[in-house]
Amino acid sequence: MLAFVAGALFCGGVSLSGMTQPGKVVGFLDVTGDFDPSLALVMVSAIAVYATALAVSRRLRAPLLGSAFPSPASTEIDGRLVAGAAVFGVGWGLAGFCPGPAIASLAAGAHTALLFTPSMLAGMALFQLVDRRMGREDETRNRAAT
Amino acid sequence: MSHFTPWSALGGGALIGLACALLLLVHGKVAGISGICAGFLRFDRGDFAWRAWFLAGMVVTAVVLARVMPGAYVNSVPRSTGVLIAAGLLVGVGTRLGNGCTSGHGLCGTSRLSKRSIVATVVFMLLGMASATVAARWLVHA
Repeated sequence: MLAFVAGALFCGGVSLSGMTQPGKVVGFLDVTGDFDPSLALVMVSAIAVYATALAVSRRLRAPLLGSAFPSPASTEIDGRLVAGAAVFGVGWGLAGFCPGPAIASLAAGAHTALLFTPSMLAGMALFQLVDRRMGREDETRNRAAT
Repeated sequence: MSHFTPWSALGGGALIGLACALLLLVHGKVAGISGICAGFLRFDRGDFAWRAWFLAGMVVTAVVLARVMPGAYVNSVPRSTGVLIAAGLLVGVGTRLGNGCTSGHGLCGTSRLSKRSIVATVVFMLLGMASATVAARWLVHA
């Protein structure tokens, strides 16, 4: 239930910060246009607050309602990470939407998000489907090889 | 194209940080929006409830804010239907392949100085700059 409050705060944050206005995002990313540094301040401010929370979490044994704090799963920098970030970056720069603001803009009824956000969700679902299937094929191939 | 808005940027950023802090300190979860969406689409049993609540909180707030401050959702970037759909697919596939987006890697990962997240953030920032710059030249008249 507190996750609802977190979602509300998050949405308020992306909406107030200007990240739901693709013009401001593209204004930050486009190096030849009128530079709008707002997005950098959004990141600095968010990181300052979250880093404080991380410092607090290190002094706690467990989250208030959960069993354990998340442990970083992987530290390996692989091709998937770099390729995925690159593909995401290209899409982000093209339309000026990243996932959080895309969800908020869709719910707010922004016309461009009506096209962008369902495509984004379809991309996620499609990737998971293909990835799972390929993972299964790899498994059977490995099993056959051994 | 757009004006520098330092105070709303700082305030909005603080709210985003606070939202992620709440999820971490209360539920012990990392607030990666792409991960939340993807997990929601998979119907993962153990994590479905908090993800659904989080998304519900976002949707309800956006519906209210669209009435209170409609200016927050103005899109001044001219993009054709095809480009919007292609960009959506790229963001969807890319965030799953790279396991995170602006919130998961850019905010949560970078804050705990994760090497993976810092690399991902630098890569999507650079490619975002490249594609936004190219798009501003070539897609303006689309």
